[in-house]
Amino acid sequence: MIQLKNISVSVDQKTILNNISFNLKPGQIIALMGPNGSGKSTIALTLAGHPNYQITSGKISLDKKDITKFSPDRRANLGIFLANQSPVAIPGLNVKSFLWQIFKKFHPDQKLSLSEFRSWLSFEADSLGIKSELLDRQFNDGFSGGERKKMEVLQMLVSQPKYLILDEIDSGLDIDALKTISLRIQKLAHDLNLGILIITHSPKFLDYLQPTQILILKKGQIKTIGDFSLIPKIAASGFNF
Amino acid sequence: MATTSYQKSPYEYGFSNPEVSVFKTQQGISQDVVKTISLLKHEDDKMFNFRLRAYQYFIDQPLPTWGPDLSGINFADIFYYLKPTDKEGHTWEEVPLEIKDTYDKLGIPQAEKEFLGGVKAQYESEIIYGSLMKKLKKQGVIFCGMDEALKKYPKLVWQYFGKIVPPDDNKFASLNSAVWSGGSFIYIPKNVHVDLPLQTYFRINSQKMGQFERTLIVADEGSFVHYIEGCTAPIYSTDSLHAAVVEVFVKANARVRYTTIQNWSTNVYNLVTKRAQVDAHGVMEWVDGNLGSKITMKYPSNILAGKGAHAEVLSIAVASGIQHLDAGAKAIHLAPNTTSRIVSKSISLHGGRSSYRGTVYISQGATNARSKVVCDALILDKNSHSDTYPTNKNSESSAFIEHEATVSKIGEDQLFYLMSRGFSQTEAEAMIVNGFVEPIVKELPLEYSLELNRLINLQMEGSIA
Repeated sequence: MIQLKNISVSVDQKTILNNISFNLKPGQIIALMGPNGSGKSTIALTLAGHPNYQITSGKISLDKKDITKFSPDRRANLGIFLANQSPVAIPGLNVKSFLWQIFKKFHPDQKLSLSEFRSWLSFEADSLGIKSELLDRQFNDGFSGGERKKMEVLQMLVSQPKYLILDEIDSGLDIDALKTISLRIQKLAHDLNLGILIITHSPKFLDYLQPTQILILKKGQIKTIGDFSLIPKIAASGFNF
Repeated sequence: MATTSYQKSPYEYGFSNPEVSVFKTQQGISQDVVKTISLLKHEDDKMFNFRLRAYQYFIDQPLPTWGPDLSGINFADIFYYLKPTDKEGHTWEEVPLEIKDTYDKLGIPQAEKEFLGGVKAQYESEIIYGSLMKKLKKQGVIFCGMDEALKKYPKLVWQYFGKIVPPDDNKFASLNSAVWSGGSFIYIPKNVHVDLPLQTYFRINSQKMGQFERTLIVADEGSFVHYIEGCTAPIYSTDSLHAAVVEVFVKANARVRYTTIQNWSTNVYNLVTKRAQVDAHGVMEWVDGNLGSKITMKYPSNILAGKGAHAEVLSIAVASGIQHLDAGAKAIHLAPNTTSRIVSKSISLHGGRSSYRGTVYISQGATNARSKVVCDALILDKNSHSDTYPTNKNSESSAFIEHEATVSKIGEDQLFYLMSRGFSQTEAEAMIVNGFVEPIVKELPLEYSLELNRLINLQMEGSIA
């Protein structure tokens, strides 16, 4: 279980989050909602350990281990996966070899050969609607927004984390692609009993994932905690219901 | 990232062997030293006078002040000539043991067996080993030490020697012209394609050593050669000086590729003048990897003299710690339809500084000339620097110069992204850097691309506090 206890976060000395507390359990799906600029992505990046997000008070723990000061790679190796809102490109880094390196990192005992891995990868990429030629290109270099989001999903399939943080994974995807990746994430969540924190503005995506808890964030604080029944209210009257 | 500090990674070629010499000039430079070198080499009056003239130019010229700080060079402290052995070996067994040991450690004899068409090895001031495939000799290819060439082919040498880098070109070209020793001479006859690369390996072993080789390549019409040079030196607390002059003549329809893996230790001032003249439809390509040295100043220049001549400069600089690498290129378009492409990639890390300095000049009458310059700088931490000094002059209305420059600060987003995928900071940095240099590394023969990647990774290895 990931626990956030009274977390306050500042960037360049400016306070963004104020006294945030919630838990994310294995198998639990939480949606984090709120107006633009309310601090949703800050929570995502803080959980992943971005060095620019300074935790000024409070504690983050994972299965009772204090990870407040852990670097991003240590958190990733404990099973936290952040699907980025705007995934970067890394020119010169071949997609297939990058994914193979992730695979080896997270499954050191797996006796999969490179060619077995490649055929598995091709299958998964195909089912996500990723054109096979993209796998031979340089990572996200010249990729569309939608293609980059699909690459995020492909990476989570390779690393098989315990907790997913999805920061607007749905943005940039067309309606068919949204369905495809939603169903794939749903299956992964089921197979691995994932804890998922969803940040989204898309009611459609929430329909697919069916979060059991909704947190509404305003001005860096959690203002409302509710269940799925909040979604139609937000859809009807925004965050000022 | 904010909480990280680095240590300098070890330089693996920093070993030294005991000094061996059969002759060494006295410390410092004077007219006597210049004369001594010429007399020792039994040179004719022409070269003797050439050297003395150059020495005067060297004395008369001030240190260039437009680039890195050279005030630390103490010319009086340097040994300008050291002869390590009496003769050049043609098998490795003929090379004195303690010298051969060095090249074994550097892997040269092995590389020679596997993928080179010919090898020269320079130790201190002289070529101490040379080989060339029989097939190439039969085809009339000449690959010999510069001193030997001057004795054996004086007419051929004087036709080109000092013609595109005259002895008064700049202070360090003058110094080289005065005290030059060693280096390689290559002549490729018409329409001969040399399939396997020819390589010269330069090694400085002694303290306070100056190495001043001359390289002269003449590729006759329709020929092709790929020449590779590598260089290393031991780590000393005192400084050494490497001031080379390279002249390349690319005749009509010929192609020359010149690859350098510069990996001097960080006590070497590396101040090199490299220039090529390219005739009609000839192609000159420089692939220039700069990893080592304390200060480097190097701007391979291309005089595009014939119609449709093409020049290409691909350079990488990795500046770390105290290093200041000032590298770049020049393209001088003098004829119609000439084209040039300059791609410069620099990486600054651990406090290092890398600069791109380049000139593109298109003269009136060079109709439809085209030049493209791309400079990408990657700065990996807040203590490191990168600068760009491009100069473009176009006097021809139908010609076109394109310039793109990007500076990626730190790649902080990339670093975070890769670390959030489970990679350590060192692994993530290496992935970013290897990706960044990939377009140039892929131009190298496989063995060298592996070596360059390995050297870069070695330089990347920092320890995280």
